[in-house]
Amino acid sequence: MVKSVTSLGHSGLSNWLLQRVSALVMTAYLIFMVGYFIVNPNPSFEQWVNLHSALAMRIFSLLTILSIAAHAWIGLWCVLTDYITVRLIGPKATPIRMFLQLAMIALILFYVIWAIDILWGI
Amino acid sequence: MKTKRPVNLDIGTIKLPITSYVSILHRVSGVVLFFAVALMLWVLDASLASEQSFQSLKECFSSPVAQVIIWAVLAALAYHVIAGVRHLIMDFGIGEESFESGRRSAWLVVAVAVIVIASISGWVFLW
Repeated sequence: MVKSVTSLGHSGLSNWLLQRVSALVMTAYLIFMVGYFIVNPNPSFEQWVNLHSALAMRIFSLLTILSIAAHAWIGLWCVLTDYITVRLIGPKATPIRMFLQLAMIALILFYVIWAIDILWGI
Repeated sequence: MKTKRPVNLDIGTIKLPITSYVSILHRVSGVVLFFAVALMLWVLDASLASEQSFQSLKECFSSPVAQVIIWAVLAALAYHVIAGVRHLIMDFGIGEESFESGRRSAWLVVAVAVIVIASISGWVFLW
């Protein structure tokens, strides 16, 4: 089996499942948010803070940012390994792809830490 | 193995079916959304930091530049979700029995996305 050090899961099948599960979590969050703004189109600061400081909402938001992290990691890994290749870019493709994958992972970790800081700093 | 083997599928020279465009746009919107996460977190941060930053964020949202950015992010998100739901439905074996059914569901994605993005445009710019 071909292994890749920059892939998130341990196999293509686990990545496939993770991509679907994370998609469902994010879609649930999106539907919840759209529903919230339909019911309450113009929330006050107090209402908005109350919503996001509830523990259940913090956990929902945390699960969503973790889903974004996994989903983006898998999705961008696919895009980078498809297009930043020796055939399309030339012999420097491998170091360029490695650099972009590591930059992507760094940005994903930054997003997760930033989100936790926002949610638990309310 | 020969290193200079001919490449059979040179995308640049092939007339692509609608399914390819729907797929490529799914990827493009996904990459756009990855960078938009930074904007969304910035908005979430400003909306929760203080009463003052909450109010200045609301003022910021009424500027035309902010509205165009919000529209672009929401349109990319809408398209990505709609095209993603097509994949999820196909995972259950629905609509993947023939190329024709795949072509139909790709057109359905385009149609639904146009309707949803039109509604988003109305909400962002007119309301």
